[in-house]
Amino acid sequence: MQVPLSAYLILSAFLFAVGVIGVATRRNALIIFMSIELMLNAVNLTFVAFSRFLNDMAGQIFVFFVMAVATAEVAVGLAIIIAIHRNRGTVDVAELNLLKW
Amino acid sequence: MLDALWMIPIWPLLGFLANGFFGRRMPKRTVGMVACGSVGLSLLASLQAVWQLLGMPHDARRVEQVVASWIAAGDFRADWGLLLDPLSAVMILVVSGVSFLIHVYSIGYMQEDPDYPRFFTYLNLFTFSMLMLVLANNYLLLYVFWEAVGLCSYLLIGFWFEKKSAADAGKKAFIVNRVGDFGFGLGVMLLWTTLGTLQYEQVFASAPAQLPAGGAVVTGITLLLFVGATGKSAQLPLYVWLPDAMEGPTPVSALIHAATMVTAGVYMVARSAPLFELAPLSLTVVAWIGGLTAVFAATIALVQNDVKRIIAYSTISQLGYMFLGCGVGAYASAIFHLGTHAFFKALLFLGAGSVIHGLSGEQDIRKMGGLRKHMPITAWTFLIAALASAGIIPLAGFWSKDEILYGAIAGGHVAVWVLGAGGAFLTAFYMMRCYYAVFEGQSRVEEKAAHHLHESPPVMTVPLLILAFFSAVVGFAVGYPAEHGVYHRFVEPVFATAKGAAAHAAPVGDIPMAIISLAIAVAGILAALRFYHWRPETPARMVERYPEAYRVLLNKYYVDELYDALFVEPIRRGSFWLWQKFDDLVIDGSVNGVATVVRVGSAVLRRVQTGYVMNYVLSFIVGVVTILGYLAFWR
Repeated sequence: MQVPLSAYLILSAFLFAVGVIGVATRRNALIIFMSIELMLNAVNLTFVAFSRFLNDMAGQIFVFFVMAVATAEVAVGLAIIIAIHRNRGTVDVAELNLLKW
Repeated sequence: MLDALWMIPIWPLLGFLANGFFGRRMPKRTVGMVACGSVGLSLLASLQAVWQLLGMPHDARRVEQVVASWIAAGDFRADWGLLLDPLSAVMILVVSGVSFLIHVYSIGYMQEDPDYPRFFTYLNLFTFSMLMLVLANNYLLLYVFWEAVGLCSYLLIGFWFEKKSAADAGKKAFIVNRVGDFGFGLGVMLLWTTLGTLQYEQVFASAPAQLPAGGAVVTGITLLLFVGATGKSAQLPLYVWLPDAMEGPTPVSALIHAATMVTAGVYMVARSAPLFELAPLSLTVVAWIGGLTAVFAATIALVQNDVKRIIAYSTISQLGYMFLGCGVGAYASAIFHLGTHAFFKALLFLGAGSVIHGLSGEQDIRKMGGLRKHMPITAWTFLIAALASAGIIPLAGFWSKDEILYGAIAGGHVAVWVLGAGGAFLTAFYMMRCYYAVFEGQSRVEEKAAHHLHESPPVMTVPLLILAFFSAVVGFAVGYPAEHGVYHRFVEPVFATAKGAAAHAAPVGDIPMAIISLAIAVAGILAALRFYHWRPETPARMVERYPEAYRVLLNKYYVDELYDALFVEPIRRGSFWLWQKFDDLVIDGSVNGVATVVRVGSAVLRRVQTGYVMNYVLSFIVGVVTILGYLAFWR
């Protein structure tokens, strides 16, 4: 029996929400990054589901783009986190407050 | 020359530029030669131009030239235009001639002054401006150079600007003149709005048609123009700057405040004769103000002790005579008096300067006396000038002043004649008093002044002699007989519209009037001799008998104090109040207030910058949710 579209969408939404909560709540920069990846992947799932149910390849093509961007973003982001760790000895965002007025 | 009228005023302008830019780097001799040479060239150009003018037929002596265009807006034109007719011819001769002699004199007088080049720069600028003023062919150009000579007056009165009294005197002259110029400007504007043009030729041609004779408009225009004349030519009530102007170097007093600048008002009224003829009320005002000023200033001159102030009040008085002449329609006589007065008044001032120079700066006549033995040339030329001023035949002043008085009585203006005659008596008296106190009698000179007592060098005495020659001869040579003399035939076409001159039905003939004038002058001189020579105790006795009157006269009727109380103090206090209440509180307050608002606002707003990444992430999420919600639910 065919899995209905709504199932995919609900799962996607759930994953996205978990990602948002992770970004908003967690203090470790790496965990925040992982949450961002989680959000991106939730979106990928949504695109693929729609592509399957609307018989349009555009959704899956778009997933390619999203993955490429995610990869590049991770590369740069991890480099920044490493640099911060070298400079400050921590990756706790609560302690990175030099831009305070 | 007649095809290049600009050759007349151009030389002093070049002299001004040369001495202005390079004067300090040139030796003194060069500066003096450039300055005198430029005015000398103007004098030669003027002589040549007038000579050529005389060669033209009697009624067609009018050369007009536009050197460059200035304003051309629709129908209105105002150009750098020059006009040479008999009136401006007389003026350029007087201006360039007297100016040249005074330039030469100044080489001697200002020899020791460290600001020698600056002096000649300003003097050249003045001469240029004055020549342009009298050669202008439209009211706008006249106004421009009217202001320019006022500027030069300010610069030259305050020449020794480190001296507070001199700087103040310069300011006073400029500000009082400005009041007059405001009226003058309004008059010019009114002229433009009603006639649409400011060129003399067009104004005088269209005025009789467009402005009803005796009407409010033409009376308004002429009265406003006359307000300007009262300021520039030091009449009641705007004369107060001229006595203070004596703070300037004596050649300045001679040139600007005797012979030329102050006569600009008279010239302007004479030039505007066709307009004044349309406004009999204005003419009456002019004559009365002239007559009253003549007597008023003469009474003050009676008791002054500063030689320059005596001569200054004498100038104010004589200018009154010129306006009296214009007011009774005797414009030609007024200009004649302008010319003769230029000679003997300049001579009086230069002579006084010679005395001051010889006494190392002393100006108080109570500390002079008996100087004829030491300074004979100065003494004799001064005497000639004093007698000319008093109106003694055959010297110049007699002819011109008598003509004005005759013009008054011939036109039926008896009251004004009485003023003029009274003034003539006083003039003779104070002139004789001045001469006697300085040059005759016992010497009251103090030791420190007597030290260097000497006759002035030829560079100063030769101009005195030349001016004395003219003061003696010019009246007779060009003014006699009155209607048919060289001068009157020359200027007659200019004042052809003046109706006053046509009134020949005088109650008394002209010879008896001349004798009366002469008798009045001689009476004044004899009275002065009685006061100062035969019964020298008389002045002291008069002061004892009339102490109040003496005090009032000595303090110039307290007019300066009156103006101070009425105008100067209220304006000063008003300005103070504006400074403290408005400038400090309101203007500074609002500017500072804006800064304060910015400062306080930013203190509040900058708290957004916590530096805490989680806050930024949270605002990011909130923003995204808001936008999505808006797009999803409200669109």
